[in-house]
Amino acid sequence: MTPVQVRGEVLAVKPIGSYLSMTVVASGIAEQTRPGQFVAVAVGGDDGSMLLRRAFSIHKVATRGVFGGTVEFVFAVHGKGTAWLARQRPHDPIDVVGPLGKPFALPKDPAHCVLVGGGYGSAPLFMLADALRLRGCRVDFVLGAASADRLFGALDAKRMAASVAFTTDDGSYGVPGRVSDVLPEVIERTRADVVYACGPMPMLQAVYSVAAQSYGGAGIPAQVAVEESMACGVGVCMTCVLPVIDDDGRTRMSRSCVDGPVFAGDRIRWDALGTVPADALGAAAMAAVAGAEHQGAVVAGAER
Amino acid sequence: MPDVTIRTSYDAVAMPDVDMSIDLAGFTATDPVLTASGCAAAGQELAAFNDLTVIGGVVTKSIQLAPRSGRPTPRMAETPSGMLNSIGLQGPGVDAFLQKDLAWLAGEGARAVVSIAGSSVDDYAKLAGRLRGHPVDMIEANISCPNVEDRGQVFACDPGAAAAVVAAVRRTAPTHVPVFAKLSPDVTDIVAIAKACVDAGADGLSLINTTLGIVIDTQTMRPALAGVTGGLSGPAIRPLALRCVWQVHAALPDVPLMGIGGIRTGVDALEFVLAGASAVQVGTVIFHDPSAPTRISRELRAALAARGIARLRDVVGLAHRPPVLTVPESPDPPGDEPVAASSAPNAVTFEEATHDH
Repeated sequence: MTPVQVRGEVLAVKPIGSYLSMTVVASGIAEQTRPGQFVAVAVGGDDGSMLLRRAFSIHKVATRGVFGGTVEFVFAVHGKGTAWLARQRPHDPIDVVGPLGKPFALPKDPAHCVLVGGGYGSAPLFMLADALRLRGCRVDFVLGAASADRLFGALDAKRMAASVAFTTDDGSYGVPGRVSDVLPEVIERTRADVVYACGPMPMLQAVYSVAAQSYGGAGIPAQVAVEESMACGVGVCMTCVLPVIDDDGRTRMSRSCVDGPVFAGDRIRWDALGTVPADALGAAAMAAVAGAEHQGAVVAGAER
Repeated sequence: MPDVTIRTSYDAVAMPDVDMSIDLAGFTATDPVLTASGCAAAGQELAAFNDLTVIGGVVTKSIQLAPRSGRPTPRMAETPSGMLNSIGLQGPGVDAFLQKDLAWLAGEGARAVVSIAGSSVDDYAKLAGRLRGHPVDMIEANISCPNVEDRGQVFACDPGAAAAVVAAVRRTAPTHVPVFAKLSPDVTDIVAIAKACVDAGADGLSLINTTLGIVIDTQTMRPALAGVTGGLSGPAIRPLALRCVWQVHAALPDVPLMGIGGIRTGVDALEFVLAGASAVQVGTVIFHDPSAPTRISRELRAALAARGIARLRDVVGLAHRPPVLTVPESPDPPGDEPVAASSAPNAVTFEEATHDH
């Protein structure tokens, strides 16, 4: 799998509930995409003032048809970059890099899988459900959001899954509360073997905890796709890091764009998110410099 | 906004014949565009988007003696035509770097400029020494780091400290490998720092590193970066970087310079060359366009060709020449018709000369 940079073309921008979906003609990306991977999209045009790419999970791909390969992703208008995306119209050029990141790992043998999505974080889970069902897996969904209009993919989930549980914070649809409130019951009822999740970090942490404590503490694996803010998406900028336990047992500040975005839940240092834990590789070297900075008035300047 | 088809058909056109080769104190390449430190990791991730054997070289992320975790997140904030970063020099340490990253670059046939960073003069000396026997094409000393032996004072902000680092690196570095110092613009007199580095043995200078900035998150009402301050980069700092290149080239015209700071297109790169840079490094633009090194080189070549310039080297520092008189001394008569010898001169009338100054 080698990511490609494609000077593509917008095929469609359409509202889906509270969100927008953009479909881009970008041959070379669609053919390679596996569930959980993402694209990094340049925003603002070639002469614009926004330099950083915006990363979006791939929702759907089509490798055939009159347009060749197409890639669809889902977004909400949060800032100037997504506002620009929302203004794009069919045939506008758009620069897309993908597919990026590590995809969800699929079970070798048929298994019972619970797919948990928060808000439009559920976008990549439907490709995953397709792939799992092709392998003979049972798929059940838990979809949650702040309110009914922010649930994403309810119809797709109902069509694909053996069961779907909905939660909303305000109780406007499904069970009032969080996905992690209903997940223990779903795991027990479906005799789940594995949980897949995508959504905000606090949700992922709660889902991981539920999975780890299921079956009276025996636990089942959880694979989570994290959402860290990225600048490049391709592994060179080092901004999207989080503390992750590596194969050798050491905690490293791992890049969510190339080492993730999908991680095994038990590898993430949930307690230390947003910090560099003292036992992380190279943390000691930082402490030495920080000490020197506090001695004097001058703070480290232009280092990257 | 350029059309898709324009760029595609442009690709198919044969490259204009321009000599783009560079020689910076013995660092040679056929292409003048390198990746800037901290924006290309150690090159591997960019190989999917650029032919690393064709671009001028890969300047690695600054390497230190020991592994470093870097700072907590958030490490980045987007700013108008730029970004602020506070990564904290996350890296694997020199041992892992030599075994894995540098060996990979050499295996690919890429030119490797190894950026080194330390917390003391001795750190830099040790790092440069560790590079002996390894496939290093240039050493770039990132001196925009706090000196733990001097209250965290940044080396690049003091001529004496900058010179001490350069002298130590030059002393221990492999003999035939050029040593460049990368300067910070956050100084009162960049020429003084540049001279100190050159006097201490720097073979050339890389201008510039990022300039310090702050972004405040108006939701949390706190600084946006965990590290509070960060380095500002991108086109926002291009005029500042150009000014530094201009000043240093004017003062030290024989010292080879790498121009760095907000280069986004080949024409931007040409500005740096005209100001006095013999080569350029592109950084933040890579986050926007991972194939930027290749694209910018192509655009620079086209820009030179469009100006009838056959050799990049011929225009290094050209903008420093005195303004050219725009009125030729002996204007050719309009048209090519010979003036008949027998024809009588036309009567010429003059306007009254005015003295309105």
